[in-house]
Amino acid sequence: MTNLNVVVCAGIVPDPLQTLDPVQTGEKPGLRNEMMLPHVLDPWAGHALYEAAELVKETGGKLYVVSIGPKAKLQQVMMTIAQKVPFQLIAADAAAGGFSDSKQIAVQLAELVKQIDGLDLSNTLLFGGWESASRGAGTTLQMVGEILGVTDQFQGVDKISLNDDGSFKVLERIEGGKHLHSSCSGAPAVLGWATGYLPEPPNNPQIGMTNMRTIMPALQQAKPADLENPELTFTAVELPKQKRDTKIVKDISADEIAQEIIDWIKSK
Amino acid sequence: MSKILVVTPVESDGTLPQAAGEALGAAITLKEMLEAELCIGIWGQDVDMAIENLGTDAVSSGFKVEGEAFTVSRYASDAAACEAICRQAKADIVITPDSVRTNRTIAGVAFRLNGVSDTHITEFKIENGDLVVSRWHYRQRILAHLKRSQRPWFISIESGVFIPPQGDSKVPSTEALSVDVNDALTRTTVKGIETPAGDEQTIRPDAELLFVAGAGWTKKQPDGEVKAAQAADIILEFLKESKSSLGSTKSLVDLSSEGAAVLPFMTQLNQVGQTGSTPRHDKGLATCCHGEEPHVVGWRFVNERRVINLDPNCGWAHGKADVLYVADAFTVMQKVNELLGNQ
Repeated sequence: MTNLNVVVCAGIVPDPLQTLDPVQTGEKPGLRNEMMLPHVLDPWAGHALYEAAELVKETGGKLYVVSIGPKAKLQQVMMTIAQKVPFQLIAADAAAGGFSDSKQIAVQLAELVKQIDGLDLSNTLLFGGWESASRGAGTTLQMVGEILGVTDQFQGVDKISLNDDGSFKVLERIEGGKHLHSSCSGAPAVLGWATGYLPEPPNNPQIGMTNMRTIMPALQQAKPADLENPELTFTAVELPKQKRDTKIVKDISADEIAQEIIDWIKSK
Repeated sequence: MSKILVVTPVESDGTLPQAAGEALGAAITLKEMLEAELCIGIWGQDVDMAIENLGTDAVSSGFKVEGEAFTVSRYASDAAACEAICRQAKADIVITPDSVRTNRTIAGVAFRLNGVSDTHITEFKIENGDLVVSRWHYRQRILAHLKRSQRPWFISIESGVFIPPQGDSKVPSTEALSVDVNDALTRTTVKGIETPAGDEQTIRPDAELLFVAGAGWTKKQPDGEVKAAQAADIILEFLKESKSSLGSTKSLVDLSSEGAAVLPFMTQLNQVGQTGSTPRHDKGLATCCHGEEPHVVGWRFVNERRVINLDPNCGWAHGKADVLYVADAFTVMQKVNELLGNQ
């Protein structure tokens, strides 16, 4: 299929190596020093982006990234991501985080998709991560699809294979480490990606420079998005209480360790 | 009075999935807390056997959508069936099981009904007369308790938390609903299920023990040699003897894309952690894995944790594991296999 476009819905999240400490920020919870934490592209959305880049290379279409986040953090993340694959950014400025409501996010993402100049939705696939590393709800993309009238949806996708007639094969993760194999007659469709099979592309400064020419204006033009939902109340947020008292066992033989492990495995 | 609806598809053999039983168990708990009415909605090829074997007499009414088009796991037809049931039931709370099929569907259906949805719910409680649910954010790193005033509220419960009802079944009066199976519902065709390449199925969600292999298995050993083939034999033998489920770290899965030595049966489906799964097992044994936070967030629901690692200061040592054995996993696991083989 020629000129098939892909729109990737991709959020940003705090780097997973950072310590996260919940605090109350106004009406809803947030993270302590959230604006100081280094951010990364949401990992599963990142896989979606790399798969999308390969796909549009094959079809000759265009790759768009729609994202909602604080402008400064979006800019920081885009400086890195822009060096990976060529894309056009459409962004909205809002303090989106793990405690934002996915319905509000979906409404705003759908609005951003609608704003893409000349986008023919009937020739477009909508990508994203199947869950975010912040909310982890796995609900946003379905609603974006519903708003845009796209009712062929797949979640936990690891592979897409396009056919010449525009139809495609999809492998979705299901229970027990298996894949559900489906065939769809063609775009439009929503695909929430798991990890896929592609590695992260290496940095390419030339792609980065080309991308940043359009990304910086897109960030400057990013309009504020309203994510407030007065019908959602967080009554409390807390860190897990359980911290284990780790027993460190050294200076005993491999035989003794093996026996201990066997006894432990067999204990009820 | 609140009305609670449990919605689920049936398995291909017409039985209720295990996760649906857990959802029903959760709904019964909630019914008692809210003094609510409980009904059930089921779709699939033939759902009568499931309705006759609910394992409870707490369900007052039922709704069903039947037909060949609703047998397969497909968003468009699943959403249409689920939407028809929810519109007819007019419940203010909809409970759904934690399955790939329903989790793919409910957010879209909730949106069609101008409702809201929350997934991976682990607890219900009543605070000042309001229903409050609990779920994890930031990949199991922060626990949040929340309430909503908007209805209908679709709640997908986390697996392994609630117990399916085991009592006598009372068959509720059930209304059959019809759904127009038009072309838009069948643009997608389900071709079948594919198992990962490899000789054995290594992911066993029901296993008591999770065995995690880290990247160290494919790195140079003390004699300077890489022994990936031997590592594969040791791991597979242990899985066979212990009937455990195999997990891995991201770094081990990523090795294949970097051209390094790999374990042939390890795929990204085995990956546990930030971009992997968060499995539920009673026990977990990690080997050659440093216990970095992005991996350990996937261990939130593993109760007892033991680790074999050469580094006494690895991430596991900082309150993330119960026992850390400072030893060579190659040697120890060979001994473990010998002992298991002798028993």
